[in-house]
Amino acid sequence: MNNSPKLILTDIADYHKLDVYKANGGYNQFRKALTMQPDEIINEVKASGLRGRGGAAFPTGLKWSFMPKGNDIIKYLAVNGDESEPGSFKDRQIFEYNPHQLIEGILIAAYAMGITASYIYIRGEYHKWIDLMQKALDDAYAAGLVGQKMKDTFGTNFSTDIYIHKGAGAYICGEETSLMNSIQGDRGYPRVKPPFPAQFGLWGKPTTVNNVETISTIPAIMKLGASEYAKIGAPGHPGTLLFGVSGHVNKPGVYELPTGTLLTDIIYNVCGGVRGNKKIKAIIPGGSSMPPLRGDEIEGVRMDEDSLKVLGTHIGTGGIMVMDEDTDLVKVTLRIAHFYHHESCGQCTPCREGCGWMEKILKRIAKGEAASSDLDLLIDVANNIEGNTICALGDAAAWPVRGFVTKFRDEFEKAVSQNRVFVAPNAVHGKQATKSNLKFDNQMKYSPAI
Amino acid sequence: MDIAFSQEEIEKLEQIKTKYPEPKAALMPALWMAQKKWGWISPEVMQYISNLLNLPLAHIEGVASFYTMYHKKPMGKHHVQVCTNVSCMLRNGDKIYEHAKEKLGIGHMEATQDGTFSLEEVECMGACGGAPMVAINEDFYENIDIESFDKLLDSLK
Ligand SMILES: Cc1cc2nc3c(=O)[nH]c(=O)nc-3n(C[C@H](O)[C@H](O)[C@H](O)COP(=O)(O)O)c2cc1C
Ligand code: SF4
Ligand code: FES
Repeated sequence: MNNSPKLILTDIADYHKLDVYKANGGYNQFRKALTMQPDEIINEVKASGLRGRGGAAFPTGLKWSFMPKGNDIIKYLAVNGDESEPGSFKDRQIFEYNPHQLIEGILIAAYAMGITASYIYIRGEYHKWIDLMQKALDDAYAAGLVGQKMKDTFGTNFSTDIYIHKGAGAYICGEETSLMNSIQGDRGYPRVKPPFPAQFGLWGKPTTVNNVETISTIPAIMKLGASEYAKIGAPGHPGTLLFGVSGHVNKPGVYELPTGTLLTDIIYNVCGGVRGNKKIKAIIPGGSSMPPLRGDEIEGVRMDEDSLKVLGTHIGTGGIMVMDEDTDLVKVTLRIAHFYHHESCGQCTPCREGCGWMEKILKRIAKGEAASSDLDLLIDVANNIEGNTICALGDAAAWPVRGFVTKFRDEFEKAVSQNRVFVAPNAVHGKQATKSNLKFDNQMKYSPAI
Repeated sequence: MDIAFSQEEIEKLEQIKTKYPEPKAALMPALWMAQKKWGWISPEVMQYISNLLNLPLAHIEGVASFYTMYHKKPMGKHHVQVCTNVSCMLRNGDKIYEHAKEKLGIGHMEATQDGTFSLEEVECMGACGGAPMVAINEDFYENIDIESFDKLLDSLK
């Protein structure tokens, strides 16, 4: 595993500095790109099999091909570094350790799609990393690698600009259309699609939105060649991925590994196993919006989109959250539901109301004031959100809740039966009985009728 | 207090405007500059920015309230942000938050009387590999526990 390719997080010291990056062949891939036709580059990215690292694993080359051709119209690229999905912390590594590869990736993408200007959107909480990225960008401008001066540097007619836009605390701004509204100086409300960004994006102009890691991979593809790149990792979802592992492992962190790596290898070999040698109860494989896996089903699971899809979950952002046998999953699910409720922008009723409902029901379960039928209600609410909203935050809220309740039904049943709820004799007076306001003890068997 | 940017800041803002095809996009950067200068986005600041960027006041209010990082009331000199989201919670982030509340005697988005500290329970900060984490103003502190948290806070005062 140690000799697996490091395409983004290299071991070279000070790689974040422009001179070190250049001394190791930096910006040569962009030079190479300039000798190709834009369409050739898009075809190369298609052939590489690269799929987006922002959550949906959408084929990058295909996305680029949706953009109208030519250099005579204004077009934009938005590079998504909002990174606010709980459990995700990998783009931050790129800002810190390899900012120039991101810049070079943007230049290649810009040339391939005829982009006028690119905006790197970075979440506001990353103050320090915004400064690091800005420093790298300033250096690249000063060296004539970006902006008007690049015409002289590279001896072609092509030039493009890159800017950083600082977010200010809103998870929803990671959603691509919300992100565009945020760059424009509006509230970050997602837009109804269609029209898609490739037709009507930033300021109404054709726009492509890609994740930071996706774009940072482009120079590596140019260097290896699409066919060599496609041989790395899982055939349907090739390359390396920055896995961010957190929770109850001995060595949490970000690890660059080929897609298709065994989940158990990541946990036990790369991350040094589970703290205190405990058993694993649950794992979220790709950031908190992805349905969980049970500890007893992770044997043989490969970490790529196609393999995870078969199991009813997704690669997401590659944020792996490990929970040991002592974890209270009701508490975890409630925390996740609280997050999505808090972050819902409130435009769509199923998301706004549904997220509130889910949190409320889970709160009751956690307090011991719920009944078994509430678990079905929870799943019902989740089903009603899924697919009925403007953006995918609705799904992101519904999936983990439904996933946890379904996969760990036994634990949720235990939570509702141990803290028995009785239908109060005085229910007609509108007062709901709870453990604390009733004098029955736990031995008495009343079947809850709510 | 007279609310106005310095000449230098005005020039910086003009320069920021050139990054975007429409000046409205300079609003978020302007709010960041204002918060850095005055600590929070007061109604007077909103009015000033509205005049400066020639945007309706309602738009400034809408944007300032949409984004949680723009403070709509004064916060402490040291703004303590404790993450309680899942990865941090799995490693006791929630207990650190409870401890912080008790230690400082304040709740979410409140400041101490003397204005030294304010507290915020934050969502995932993108530091899950170093969980549990707290941020104080712009600095991240990872892999903390109650003891190191206390030391950190005592060193600030
Ligand atoms: C609620 C929500 C939040 C999202 N947050 C992010 C994010 O922080 N970073 C990101 O790259 N993509 C995020 N996405 C996905 C983007 O909408 C978009 O699909 C992605 O940036 C495209 O890049 P890719 O094709 O390179 O993956 C989010 C989506 C939703 C629905
Ligand atoms: S799904 Fe939720 S977050 Fe997305 S637009 Fe609708 S209300 Fe807003
Ligand atoms: S959950 Fe606390 S930083 Fe991610």
